[in-house]
Amino acid sequence: MDWINQLNPTMQFAIFSMLKVCVVIFLAVMPIVAYAVLVERKVSAFIQDRVGPNRAAPFFVKYLPVVGPFLVRLGIFHPLADGLKSFLKEDFTPAHVRKVYFWLAPAIAVVPAMLALAVIPFGSTLGAQKMVIADLNVGILYTFGIVSLGVYGLVLAGYASNSKFSFLGGIRSSAQMISYEIAMGMSVIPLFMLVGDLNLSKVIAYQADGAWLVFKQPIAFVIFLVSAFAETNRLPFDLPEAETELVGGYHTEYSSMKFALFFIGEYTAMIAASAMMVVLFFGGWTLPFAGLDQPATTLVMGFAHIGIFVTKMLVLMVVFIWVRWMLPRFRYDQLMDLGWRRFVPLALANIVVTAVVLWALHAK
Amino acid sequence: MSTPATTDIKPAPAAPPPIEKIKIKVDGREIEVPKMMPDWQGKPQPTTMLQACQLAAQEVPHYCYHPKLPIAGNCRMCLVEFGTPAMGPDRKPVLNEDGSSKIAKSVLPYEPGTPRGAIACATPISPGMEIYPNSPATKQMREAVLESLLINHPLDCPICDQAGECKLQEYSVEHGQSQSHFVEAKVHKPKAVDLGPRIVLDDERCILCTRCIRFTKDIAGDDALGIVNRGSYSTIAAWKEGAFDNNYTLNTVDLCPVGALTSKDFRFQMRVWFMKETKSLCTSCGTGCNVIVGSREEKVYRYEPRQNDAVNSTWMCDSGRLNYKWINRDDRLKDVVVRGQKSTWAAALKEISEKLAKAASGSVAVLASARQTNEELYLLSKLAKKLGAVTDSVPRVGEGDKLLVSADKNSNTNGAKLTGIASAEMGSNLKKIADGIRSGAIKTLVVFGEDVTKHGIGADLLAKLETIIVSDILPNATTATAHILLPGCAHAEKRGSFTNVKGRVQKFMKAVEPKGDARSEWEVLHELVHNVTGQNGFSSIEGLFNQMAKEVPAFAGLEWAKLGDTGVTVPI
Amino acid sequence: MIVKRANLSFWERLYLPALLSGLQVTWRHFSRTFFAGKKVTMEYPEQKWVVPEGYRGAPYLVRDQSGDTKCVSCQLCEFVCPPKAIKIIPPGSSGKPAERANAEKMPAEFEINMLRCIFCGFCQEVCPEEAIFLQRDYSLTGLSRGEMIYDKEKLLALGGTHAGVQKWKHKLDEAKEQETFPVKG
Repeated sequence: MDWINQLNPTMQFAIFSMLKVCVVIFLAVMPIVAYAVLVERKVSAFIQDRVGPNRAAPFFVKYLPVVGPFLVRLGIFHPLADGLKSFLKEDFTPAHVRKVYFWLAPAIAVVPAMLALAVIPFGSTLGAQKMVIADLNVGILYTFGIVSLGVYGLVLAGYASNSKFSFLGGIRSSAQMISYEIAMGMSVIPLFMLVGDLNLSKVIAYQADGAWLVFKQPIAFVIFLVSAFAETNRLPFDLPEAETELVGGYHTEYSSMKFALFFIGEYTAMIAASAMMVVLFFGGWTLPFAGLDQPATTLVMGFAHIGIFVTKMLVLMVVFIWVRWMLPRFRYDQLMDLGWRRFVPLALANIVVTAVVLWALHAK
Repeated sequence: MSTPATTDIKPAPAAPPPIEKIKIKVDGREIEVPKMMPDWQGKPQPTTMLQACQLAAQEVPHYCYHPKLPIAGNCRMCLVEFGTPAMGPDRKPVLNEDGSSKIAKSVLPYEPGTPRGAIACATPISPGMEIYPNSPATKQMREAVLESLLINHPLDCPICDQAGECKLQEYSVEHGQSQSHFVEAKVHKPKAVDLGPRIVLDDERCILCTRCIRFTKDIAGDDALGIVNRGSYSTIAAWKEGAFDNNYTLNTVDLCPVGALTSKDFRFQMRVWFMKETKSLCTSCGTGCNVIVGSREEKVYRYEPRQNDAVNSTWMCDSGRLNYKWINRDDRLKDVVVRGQKSTWAAALKEISEKLAKAASGSVAVLASARQTNEELYLLSKLAKKLGAVTDSVPRVGEGDKLLVSADKNSNTNGAKLTGIASAEMGSNLKKIADGIRSGAIKTLVVFGEDVTKHGIGADLLAKLETIIVSDILPNATTATAHILLPGCAHAEKRGSFTNVKGRVQKFMKAVEPKGDARSEWEVLHELVHNVTGQNGFSSIEGLFNQMAKEVPAFAGLEWAKLGDTGVTVPI
Repeated sequence: MIVKRANLSFWERLYLPALLSGLQVTWRHFSRTFFAGKKVTMEYPEQKWVVPEGYRGAPYLVRDQSGDTKCVSCQLCEFVCPPKAIKIIPPGSSGKPAERANAEKMPAEFEINMLRCIFCGFCQEVCPEEAIFLQRDYSLTGLSRGEMIYDKEKLLALGGTHAGVQKWKHKLDEAKEQETFPVKG
C-alpha cells in the first residue's frame, strides 16, 4: 500500500472518493434496493396473511441440503431473478412517445437520488479516511438542491410518454414534490439554528455531545418524516403513480430496464431520505454509550460505526415500508392542504419558537 | 294477409256491392264483421267464429283449421264458449231491463249449468252473437283438449325436428297444463315410417288433424293419404307403402302442426331455432314462388314457402324446395381468374373496361341469362346499347303442371324481355352470334350465367374469339375457356328482383355471404357500366331499381320500397 | 347524494389515533402470519384445493349405466350457451343412429371450446336428457387453442357415467309389452 502514500494528496483524494462511490453505490445502495423490494413484498404478504415470494431457486440450491430450501422459502433469490428479468424483458418504446425525453427520463429519475447520498456521513473514519464521500460545508443545501432535481425525471417521463395517465402522473408529481420541498426545507432550519453549521458531520458531532435532535425538535422531525414520504412518492402520498387511478402514473409506458430505473430511483430516494433522517435526527453513526459517540480510532470501531449507521437507516426504511401497507392513499386536495396549510405554517412557527427560545437562552 | 298494391289493368268492377256486415261481440268488445268471407278456395262463405275472432285480434288456437284447406273440425282445439240472443216463445228477442237483448249462453241440453263450446273454425256467426275466447270455460276446454291430444304423444321434443315451430309445444305452453291425469301406458305406434321418397312419418306424434290428407287430396289432387285403424290406434298411411310421392309432398311437412311428418332432406340437419329466416324467391321456374330461406352460419339449410296469394298461395313444389344444395357446393367459383391466373376485382374490371371501351361497335356480343335479376339485365342492356352489341338469352322450356310449376324454367324470362336483353323470340339471336363469331365480326363475347357450349356456340367457335368474359356461379365448359372469369353470387347471396311469368315483379333479400371473392353481379356491372359508358348510376340496389323503373317503360311507376314482400304485377 | 361530513374531534383531526390503530391492525396480522404461521392462502401446485360438492367445473358429456351416449343432439345447450362455446354437428338424415335403442338421434360431433366456456352451468340446466354435467375439473390447460376444443370422444371419456332415468329404454320396454302394431287385419 506504499504506492498510495507516495501519491500527492489530490490524487489520493480522487482515488479514495472513487472507491467510496463504487462501494456505496454497488455494495450498499444496489443490494439494499434489491432486498428492500423483497422486504416490501414479504412484509406486505405477512400483513395480508399471505406467504410472499418463495419460489425462485437457482440451480445450485439443490446441492445445499437444509439451507437451500430455507433460503428459497425466504425468497432470497427473488431479487436476483427480478434483476435478471428487468434486463431480459423486451424494452418496448411505444410509437407515440417523444423518444429523446422518453429515454432521458429514467436516468434523470435515478441520478439525483444517488447524488444526494454523496454528503451523507455514513461512518466516522476508517483509517485516515472520513466516511463521507463529500464532506461539504453546505451539506444540507446541496441535498435540497439535488433532491429538487428529482422531480424532473418524473415530469419528463409523464410528458415524454404522451399518454394521459403518464401526463397526469407527471403533473401530480411536480406539484406534490415542489410543495413538500418547502415544508421539508423549513422544517430543518431550527436544527441548524441549534447546530450553527450546515455541515452534516458537524450536525452529528452536535448530537454526540448532547441529546439527539429528534428529542429537541420533535415537530421538525414529524414534518420532515411526512415530507420525506411525499418526496419519495411513497404511500400514503403515491399519487403520481396511483395504480388504481392512473394505471402506473408517470411510468405507465415504461418497460424492462427503463422501468426498473424508476424503481431503483424510488428506493434510492427512500435510502437517501432514511439516511438523511438518521443524520439529522438520530445521531448519525453515534450511539450515546460505550464510547461509540467519538470518531473511531481503530478499524473495528470504524466498521462498528458504519454498522450502527446502516442499522438505524434500515429501521427507518422498514418504517417506510410498513406505512405503505398501513395507510390508504390521500386525496389530492388533502395532500395539498396538509402541505401548504398545516406544515408550512407549523414549520414557520417552529422556526420562530426556536429562535425565541435561543434568544432567551443566550440573552441571559 | 296484405293485399299488395297492383297496377293490374283489369277493369275494376263498377261500384262493388256493399259488403253486408254483422255486429257481434268478441270478448266483450262489439265489432262489425262482414257477413261473408272467402273460404279456402276464395269463394264467399258465411264468416266463421274463428275468422271473426281473428278480425277482433283474438287468437283462437287451432290445429286442423288452415285458411287454405277445407274445414275438417276434428282437432277440437278451437272450442270457444259463445252465446246468442235469447228468443222468447213469440220469436222476439228477450230484452234485459236496460233494453239490450238477453244473451243465452250455449249450454249442454241435459245439463244447463255446463257451458257447451263450439268449434270456432266451422261455426258461422249470427247477428248479436257473443264469443268468449278468454272465458274460464273456454280455457278449461282448451286445457282438456290439449291433455287429450297429449295422451299418446311421446314427448320426444329433444329429438323432434318440429321442436321450436311446433304448435303442440306452443299451445301447451300458452293454454296447457303441466300435469296429465293419464297414468296408464301410452299407446306406442310405429316411428320413422317411410311414407314417400321425401317424407318420414312418426305416428306417435300425430294428432290426426288430417291437414296432410286434405292438402294432398284437395290441393295436390293426389289422394294418396288416409287414416287407417281405429281409436287410439288410428294412423296416417299412404295407400301403398312409399306411395306418397307427388311433387308437393313436402308442403305437408309445413302443414303438419306437430312433428309427425318430417322432411327427409331436413331431418336431423339443424334445429329450427338457429335458422336465420330471409325472405327470398324460388328460382327453379318462372313461377317465382315466395320462399323463406333458412340459413345458419352462411349455410343454406332449407326453403319454406311464404304466403303470397298472387303467386303461390302458401305452397311450393318439392323440386323447387330441394333445389338449394348447389349454393353450398364446394366447387363454387370463388376467385377472379384472368387468363388462368388468380387476380383481383380491381385488375379484372380495369382490363374489361379498357377492352370494352376500345371495342368497335358491333364487335361485342352479350349473352345474359334469363335467370339473372332485373337489375343485372338492365345494366347489361345499358352496356350492350353503348357497345352496339348483339344480345340474347337462352330459353328453357320444360314441363309444367297445373298447380305451380311453370313450363318456363328461367326465373326471369320476362325480366330479360322487358329490359331488352333478350330478342323478341328468345334465343333467336344465338345463331346470329354464332355466325358473327364464325365470320370474325364478333371478337368479344360477354357471357353471364350460361354455358354457351350447350347452346350452339361450341368450343371451336369460342377458340376464335379474342376475349371471352364469363361470370358464373358454378364451373362449366364455358367458364373453363374464359379469358376473364368473374365469380358470381347465388340469389341467396345478393339482393335483387325477378319478373315472373305472369309479370309479377318481386324482390328477394340476401341470406348468406357470397363464397370466396364472389361479388353481387349488379355491383360489378354497375362499375363496368360507369367505366364504359361514363354514366353515373346508383350503387345501392334500391337506387338502382328505382333508376331502372324510370328508364325501362315496362317498370314505370315502380319503386323498390313499393314492391313490399309480395311484389307488384306489371303488364307484359 | 350528499354525504354529511362527520365532525371530527381534535384528536381525530390529528390522525394520530387512526395511525396507531392502523399500526395495531397491521401488526396483529403481521405477527399472526409471521410468528404463528397462520396464512389464508394455499401454495397451489403442491397443495390442491378440495373441490366442494356441487362445484361448477368443466362441462363434460356423460354415458348412462349401459355405457351409451346420453346426448341426443337436441342442441339446446348450444342455443343457451352464453359465450357460444358449444358446437354440435347433428347427424343429418343419413347419420349414425343413437347408441341408445329408440332414441333415433345422436350428435355426429360435439365440441366444447374450453377457452370460451365460462362454467355457468346453463348447458347442464337446459339439458332434457341429463347428458351434460359440470364436473369438478377447474384447471384446464393446453399447449394450443386447438387442444382446448374438446371433442365428443374426449368429453365422453372425461365425463364418466351418470346413472339416471333411462327414458328411451323405458319407452321401448313399454312398447314391447303392448300388442304388435299395426294390428294386422
